[in-house]
Amino acid sequence: MTVAVVQFGGSNCDRDAVRALAHLGVDAERVWHADGLPEDTDGIVVPGGFSYGDYLRAGAMAARQPIMAEVRAAAESGTPVLGVCNGAQIGCEAGLTDGAFTTNRSARFQCEHVHLRVERADTPWTAAYDEGDVIEVPIAHGEGRFEIREDRLETLESEDRVLFRYCDADGVVTDAANPNGSTANVAGVLGARETVAVMMPHPERATLPDVGGTDGQGVLRAFAE
Amino acid sequence: MNSQSRTMTGYTATVTVRLKHGVLDPEAETTQRALERLGFELEDLRSADRFEIDLEAADAEEADERAGEMADRLLANPTIHDYEVAVEERE
Repeated sequence: MTVAVVQFGGSNCDRDAVRALAHLGVDAERVWHADGLPEDTDGIVVPGGFSYGDYLRAGAMAARQPIMAEVRAAAESGTPVLGVCNGAQIGCEAGLTDGAFTTNRSARFQCEHVHLRVERADTPWTAAYDEGDVIEVPIAHGEGRFEIREDRLETLESEDRVLFRYCDADGVVTDAANPNGSTANVAGVLGARETVAVMMPHPERATLPDVGGTDGQGVLRAFAE
Repeated sequence: MNSQSRTMTGYTATVTVRLKHGVLDPEAETTQRALERLGFELEDLRSADRFEIDLEAADAEEADERAGEMADRLLANPTIHDYEVAVEERE
């Protein structure tokens, strides 16, 4: 499996993603967006950062670059696609998943460790966990508050497409454990296919044992299969 | 100029993008608090983004339509935003 880690101007987690994937034995390479997806791409990561300086809205510009049409087509044909942080914002803006990520309730950039409850274990992203597991991963964002139209939230939940929710260390989903004011504590969601996911927390920053915590490995293991 | 060619007119389309009613606006809240700290009294504060787009169109309706399409496809995010378009002929 060769995973394309799509790099835009202002991406800054692309190297981390490649390193984390390499640690799990996954062949991954950075791909400059203007070069398009390589032919042998069979997995895609849209990494974090501040693509296009977050102009207009975080992710808005990158989502409309031609490579994202290729990413959408690949996603529709079943290629695993993961958007992390700015990649999640880009994924929402590009229509890979429903909803939007916007300004944190605190109006501040937040860089801290959070707990996530695994809402489903029967997806490629969570097969390494059990439903209800609590994992600890870092967040680093100013615009991570998940917003979605009320009727669409009902659809999202009834279709069981919430992947992770912010929770306390015991796995209880509370407002106090919600770092950014996300609707229904949503931290990550699935797209139309279970092979497509976006999440604000950084699994690639919780993969290498020497940088503290390996709880995020399970997410990236989706690419190891 | 032959009679087939359309006469184009210069317009400025102003697109105002704001958060939908009920969507939390932490930046506006922070701005309101800052004004209050300066001693101003206010009930509420809402912020919006305004884009002024100069374009050539056959008529105001076409200019309005094109600016609306720009809002739909980029300037606004339908999950969180409403927008309105106002068109004026340029001098």
